[in-house]
Amino acid sequence: MERDDLIVNDSYALNAHHSEEEGAKIRRNTWKVTGILTLLTTVEVIMGIYFKRSDAFSWTLIKWTFIILTLVKAAYIVLVFMHLGDERSNLKKAVLAPYMLFIAYLLFIAITEGFGHLGNFNAFN
Amino acid sequence: MGGESTKVISKEELWGGGQSPFSVSYGKMMMWYFLVSDALTFGGLLTAYGFVRASSEDPWPIGEQAFRSLPFIDGEYPLIYVALMTFILIVSSVTMVLAVEAGHRNDKSGVIKWLGLTIIGGFFFLGSQAWEWSHYIHGSGGSFLLNESVEVTSDDGQSFFLNKGDVVYMDHHFGHLAEPWIEGKSEVSLIESDHGVKLVEMGAHPHEVELHSLTLNKYINNESHVSGDDAMKLWNARSESFSFGANLHDNEYASQQAYADFFFFITGFHGFHVFSGVVINIIIFIMAYRGVFERRKHYEMVEKIGLYWHFVDLVWVFVFTFFYLI
Repeated sequence: MERDDLIVNDSYALNAHHSEEEGAKIRRNTWKVTGILTLLTTVEVIMGIYFKRSDAFSWTLIKWTFIILTLVKAAYIVLVFMHLGDERSNLKKAVLAPYMLFIAYLLFIAITEGFGHLGNFNAFN
Repeated sequence: MGGESTKVISKEELWGGGQSPFSVSYGKMMMWYFLVSDALTFGGLLTAYGFVRASSEDPWPIGEQAFRSLPFIDGEYPLIYVALMTFILIVSSVTMVLAVEAGHRNDKSGVIKWLGLTIIGGFFFLGSQAWEWSHYIHGSGGSFLLNESVEVTSDDGQSFFLNKGDVVYMDHHFGHLAEPWIEGKSEVSLIESDHGVKLVEMGAHPHEVELHSLTLNKYINNESHVSGDDAMKLWNARSESFSFGANLHDNEYASQQAYADFFFFITGFHGFHVFSGVVINIIIFIMAYRGVFERRKHYEMVEKIGLYWHFVDLVWVFVFTFFYLI
């Protein structure tokens, strides 16, 4: 039986080939991103050691700094290391759009239901 | 280049059928879809962690207090070990990028070299996680709950009024003997000493440990040490309820069990992904070594397992932030 999951003699896989010069460029970029990821992780660790959790507003800022640094790291990993940045934009959207919705949903739940959850829990106890 | 983002495809060709709407092969697209669904699983776990933590009425341990040990060395190094694990995983992700890049040039020896280094990085991460689990399960001294109210002054002059059910922590030398003593082992006995009490072990390795100091709020903010007569006051107010390390029923880190359970579940589920990733990497390494991809004229399989491996790194970035940092 002919397999219909292989599209024209592996054409997409063969298209992914590149020359020595392009390879050198990609490797340079890889090391650059490695440096950025290491730097961001170091910043996070130093912040984690130095700042203690508290009720003060500064802790909220620190928490958001952690979250933003994490999202920046995630973006570098997904777009450069996983090469999603090199794919056509419809695949990019198909993968990333569910997460945009998921994040919006989580923020909504966290803001509106975060404390309501506690109240209900006590009411039913 | 990894993909076809810059390729110009005519409308006729795009809509004419006979080609992938995303310009990627079936296998690569399905790997992306698998990763999307797997990421939702981890998203669910971390969300559950956040909700349980937000609704917990007991103090919740913080990363830099609960994870501050290194193997073979005494002393406190907050988050250093976890940072090391993170770094190992980032490095092994980088070697994987380089393996994929070598594959795009049909460079067999390059693929073998970088994929081999990726596998070694994976083993290093698994080994570090094994130590972390072992240390977490073993604990660092253990804790007991108070049976009555007691007022003590810490070494730095703060006074504490503690109630029945509050947690007091032992240091790891004393806790090491307190565990067999609580379990009723006959070799270990508690006797009075010049300064208070000490635990004495007879038998093959005879030694004794004096109760020097106890700790309050060990895994949360503002840890305080209490020693001398005040430590004895705490010791005498102890209940029968002792905890050492952590398992699925009991833990020394907090009065609720959720924190320990989430540690086991989230890092365990991630560790299982790393393990299966290493196994898959080894299989592909052997295939590359035997020239399977050379005959196939492309190394797309390395790219597909590369996606999975980077995903494992990606998840760790989030676990690191939401479990250890925040």
